[in-house]
Amino acid sequence: MDINKKAYAKYADSRAKKSPIVKDCVKAFLFGGAICTIAQVLKDWYGTFLSDKDSGTLVGVTLIFITALLTGIGVFDRIAKHAGAGTLVPITGFANAVSSCAVDTKGEGFILGVGAKIFTIAGPVILYGISAGVVYGVIYYILKALGVL
Amino acid sequence: MKNIITLPRPAYIISSATVAGEEEFSGPLGESFDFHSVDEDTFGCDTWEKSESEMQRRALTMALSKAGLGNDRIDCIFAGDLINQCSASNYGLLSFDLPFLGIYGACSTAAEGLLLASSVCSSGLCGYAAAVTSSHNASAERQFRFPLEYGAQRCPTCQWTVTGSGAFIVSAEKADSCPAVTDILIGRAVDAGISDANNMGAAMAPAAADTLIRYFEDGGEKPDMVLTGDLGYEGSSILCDIMREKGHDISGIHADCGLMIFDREGQDKHAGGSGCGCSAVVLGSVIQSNLRAKALKDVVFVGTGALMSPMSIQQGQNIPGIGHLVRIKAEV
Amino acid sequence: MDFMMYLKAFLVGGAFCVIAQILIDKTKLTPARILVAYVVCGVILGGIGVYKPLIDFAGCGAATPLTGFGYLIADGVKSAVDEKGLLGVLTGGLSASAAGICAALFFGLLAAVFFRGKRKK
Repeated sequence: MDINKKAYAKYADSRAKKSPIVKDCVKAFLFGGAICTIAQVLKDWYGTFLSDKDSGTLVGVTLIFITALLTGIGVFDRIAKHAGAGTLVPITGFANAVSSCAVDTKGEGFILGVGAKIFTIAGPVILYGISAGVVYGVIYYILKALGVL
Repeated sequence: MKNIITLPRPAYIISSATVAGEEEFSGPLGESFDFHSVDEDTFGCDTWEKSESEMQRRALTMALSKAGLGNDRIDCIFAGDLINQCSASNYGLLSFDLPFLGIYGACSTAAEGLLLASSVCSSGLCGYAAAVTSSHNASAERQFRFPLEYGAQRCPTCQWTVTGSGAFIVSAEKADSCPAVTDILIGRAVDAGISDANNMGAAMAPAAADTLIRYFEDGGEKPDMVLTGDLGYEGSSILCDIMREKGHDISGIHADCGLMIFDREGQDKHAGGSGCGCSAVVLGSVIQSNLRAKALKDVVFVGTGALMSPMSIQQGQNIPGIGHLVRIKAEV
Repeated sequence: MDFMMYLKAFLVGGAFCVIAQILIDKTKLTPARILVAYVVCGVILGGIGVYKPLIDFAGCGAATPLTGFGYLIADGVKSAVDEKGLLGVLTGGLSASAAGICAALFFGLLAAVFFRGKRKK
């Protein structure tokens, strides 16, 4: 069949129903903001008996635990369907990426199923996060050695 | 190149059976399925892939009993699904111990199976043949998208893989009130330049149009209904546009399995249903009963499929579509 | 109770999510790519020294989004280089983010032990 691929792709795009961006953004803002506020409340509470650094770390761990639990009982994806980036961007999105891959691959065993696939989405995040850190570290070291910093 | 292939004699669809998931059961066609899940779509199995196999086993078992045939009467099964290497069919139909041919046509598999089963029966090569297909939302999500519990938003052009399986038994021996396949047309893969896996309707519509244009331009009669596999909302309107432009307006007689199976808005199914099971359960339930009741007399069914894999998508290749045509008449 | 701090956390945290939501809706970026982009941005912003003031201003509003995770890596690398020199380039990032990564992996494993995936609704 003769078809102008470029023109068709453009036409198909014009026919495609668009995401309701304003509604999505409002929901993402409210869910994301709420998660960060809860984190702040937790941090203030932990701060009463822990150092500033440790309380921050424990906040992250708490959110990760809650996310893994909600993922396990099958609730997280139903919240995320509405929250969108609101649950993706906070540490909850990372925790869900890890635990959902783990729960989902149990059938293929705990070594090559859970063990390997747990990194499907988390792997790239860790890889590029620490690699960016290495690049930054080298630049920082050189600038320091040159006396710029 | 042959366009319409008229079968030497009609191939009768002597029985059909459908198995569906819970979402599908709560949709508009729910009551017409023969069996539906009552245990969260697991069908009593511990992995989703086994659940899908179990649906195929149940579908074929029911189709055989409806036809009043023993297992040993089937000369060939054509079966396919979406899981790697057609494994849902391989395992699901293992216990029947029958001659088996695995086929792959993505979501067009129901049409492909019916087309092949009709051909071997019509030509007299087989007495009875079966066509079985399935898809399971959970196993397809795992294979093509994200883990089930992953919190991702679906975009509005996304289609929802149907949890369902349909089985058809075909024979050249005339049976009372059974509809028959009279003509077939084998689809060509069409690459329309779409690479977005979230907009499969747009990738498949040109292939469906190609098949229908070949049908009409080869002198094919206008039927009561042009039933497309699962183009969904966007794909259906694109198909009607292309057909109108080419001088074959089908908008009044067009229906799409992907749009029929769900209440799109109410069930939040975005662009509609998809998957091998989608057209299989719609064709095997309401369409069959309407043909048997003569409420529909002449249906041109075009099963549509998107011929990509998760790997081809990651490598940035376009998604070719395909559409196989099967013409089913109520009386011959 | 510092009400202003909660308000700032809410507004800044929400804003980070809105940016990602626009990217999801307007581009073909998958969620995994957005997570990677956020972490790398966090490292860069932390490295050039603009993220620290944001955390001082908005607290968990800047620390909880994945950019905060990136900042943690950059900050860890910086302290480690200050302490140990060049070797710190390799040890700083993972040590600083160890709690988050370890918690996510271990709780993920626990989830896999105790639960099974459910069908989508």
